[in-house]
Amino acid sequence: MLSTIFAVLFYLATAIFVVGLAYRIRLYATTPAPLKIPTTPAPVTRSGVVARLFREVAFFESLFNSNKWTWLFGWVFHFAMLLVVLRHLRYFTEPVWFWVNWVQPFGKYAGFAMLAGLLALWGRRFLVERVRYISGPSDHLMLVLLIGIAGSGLMMKYVAHTDIVALKAFSLGLIHFNWQPLPADPVLLVHLGLVLVLAFVFPFSKLLHAPGVFFSPSRNQVDNPREKRHLAPWAAALDGDRSQGGSE
Amino acid sequence: MADFDTLKINPLFEIPALEKGAMKDLSPFVAAPNHQEDLGFPGELVDDWQTKAIEKFGELLKKSRALRVYMDGCVKCGACTDKCHYFLGTADPINMPVARQDLLRKIYRRYFTFAGKYFPKLVGAEDLTREVLDEWYSYYHQCSQCRRCSVFCPYGLDTAEISMAAREIMDHVGKGQKYCNEILGKVHKIGNNLGLPEPALIDTLEGLEEDIEEETGVEVKLPVNQKGADILLVTPSADFFAEPHVDGLIGYAKVFHQAGVSWTLSSYASEAANFAMFIGSYEQMKKVAERIRKAAEDLAVKRIIFGECGHAWRVAYSFMNTLAGPFDFLDPAYPVPQHICEFTLDLIEKGELNLDKSANDHMTLTFHDSCNVARGSRMGPTPGGQFEIPRAIVRAVCNNFVDMAADTIHESTFCCGGGGGLLTDDLMEIRVKGASPRMTALQEVVEEHGVTHMVAICAICKSQFSKVMPKYGIGMDRIVSLHQLVSNAIILDGQIGTEPDEETETDTSEDVATA
Repeated sequence: MLSTIFAVLFYLATAIFVVGLAYRIRLYATTPAPLKIPTTPAPVTRSGVVARLFREVAFFESLFNSNKWTWLFGWVFHFAMLLVVLRHLRYFTEPVWFWVNWVQPFGKYAGFAMLAGLLALWGRRFLVERVRYISGPSDHLMLVLLIGIAGSGLMMKYVAHTDIVALKAFSLGLIHFNWQPLPADPVLLVHLGLVLVLAFVFPFSKLLHAPGVFFSPSRNQVDNPREKRHLAPWAAALDGDRSQGGSE
Repeated sequence: MADFDTLKINPLFEIPALEKGAMKDLSPFVAAPNHQEDLGFPGELVDDWQTKAIEKFGELLKKSRALRVYMDGCVKCGACTDKCHYFLGTADPINMPVARQDLLRKIYRRYFTFAGKYFPKLVGAEDLTREVLDEWYSYYHQCSQCRRCSVFCPYGLDTAEISMAAREIMDHVGKGQKYCNEILGKVHKIGNNLGLPEPALIDTLEGLEEDIEEETGVEVKLPVNQKGADILLVTPSADFFAEPHVDGLIGYAKVFHQAGVSWTLSSYASEAANFAMFIGSYEQMKKVAERIRKAAEDLAVKRIIFGECGHAWRVAYSFMNTLAGPFDFLDPAYPVPQHICEFTLDLIEKGELNLDKSANDHMTLTFHDSCNVARGSRMGPTPGGQFEIPRAIVRAVCNNFVDMAADTIHESTFCCGGGGGLLTDDLMEIRVKGASPRMTALQEVVEEHGVTHMVAICAICKSQFSKVMPKYGIGMDRIVSLHQLVSNAIILDGQIGTEPDEETETDTSEDVATA
């Protein structure tokens, strides 16, 4: 019974996550940007823009320039989480991809860094007056959710081991539609339950900052308005018969 | 209007403790029905304004990717909270960029998102009430759209875009701002923000020609509506009469004269400013930009050059090709448009201007990067040219130049406090308070390096500083135009006397802070 509920929820969560995110990304991609508004100085070539976005996504460049503490906590959290997620691929692949094994020794300890980063970020929401003012219930709850996921995961790794072999059989069963029982370990159920909640809320929450950053015109536009006429389709209609030139 | 007359300069980067509601009672004058109707907006607040506002909001979300992404993308990280000059100057928490954005975002969530429709409390979604509209009107007119917050946001979320959208929505329900909308009406009718008609313009320019000839003995022309000239100069109308703007205009004229190019102003497009950007109206902005295109076509010029104006240069550089292009009827050898600084520096580098730097020796200068130039445009072929080119000119015409603190210049520059449609007396309180970070940075170089004057390349900055600097104990004549310095230094062919005549600013001993 428990296994069935979780199996169904996993399929549902995956569907909502994928469809919800795809819908949102499509919306961002198809909404026109009528004007050239990169925050300057901006790259003058497309490859320059790719480099700018890479620096934003990999190093949080703007945040670094803004506030070193927020940058430190945020960057540690995000990259520890990346390592943790990559490490978790071992529970969904058989045989385990070779590079996932490379990540394993780092991923094991990254869980602590992830939790520390999250707690520090949460601490700011209480300790810094300005950040306290702008924090709403959903901002706190999102951190609680992630802290719960990281905390329950670390519990299983370092305090009360779960039956990882049975769990892997369950997850591979989900992928191959050959359903296997889920170990009824309370910590595991909390961990998986919270992950499900995360997948459900992702497309409806501020977690949309993840795809959003790639579509932000102030960061992803090339600074070349004098050389190349930028024109949105709805704006071209205002030009009458004069219209020409492309939109990016 | 409380006690902001006696403001002290705060230590730099001391972030104030929050004072809730500190600025909630400050709003600009509402546009009169005729100002609204001139632009095709309803004369006064329409009966079903809520419905109309949500309708317009929905339309803008479909038309602007920036608005859509910026509404969703904020994670409330706090990176922007100490970046706005109006927050630093007022301590009102709603003047923190994220909080200003949230005024619109809470309505977005309520009417356009699943979470906000079903769990409004959880995600801070609110109904659009009269209180919210009043809050919009107040706080979206306490944003100069300077984009400083956007520089520091990890996703580049730009409060300027959001405040433009909010003003566009308010215009469409009949609650526009008098200052911007009245001015736009004048541009549509007469051709410039001042409502200066052609005969008055010609008269003014003739007066300037006489002044220059009296000073230099050289017949420098300021032509208007001269068909077949090579260059159309489009400059903010403040350059025609305001101080120190007009000294900059004289500088452009001398540079053109010395370069031996034929140029002209246009009475039809006698305005570089485009206040339609401030109110977020693409259609209005296009209409104003089209005047420049028409003037260029009618006068059959080959190039367009813009004078010193911040937001005008953003519209010209970043938007004009989009709004009124393509400009394929102009000479393709030159970028369209060019900034006067690009033109002047090119001549300096070619050695075509005879410059006497010592003419500016009575001043020690610092340069104020105007926000729209710094963060919304470029000069020259490489990123950051908008910082280097004006400074290169200052260095070429002056011996004494010092930059202000690194985190207050270039893309981190602080707004003068009067941009974005706020340069009106009814908003004087926020203008004075918002100038405080810039005044603090200026004070620092005054004390440490003996800076006497600040140079700007924006008509709004110049007007704003000459008005608010006295509130900080700095003389109003301490703000100068960049081309005023060029004008001082340039020695025209056939100019009388070896030293250029200094009519003002000869007192070197007077410290800027004690003025």
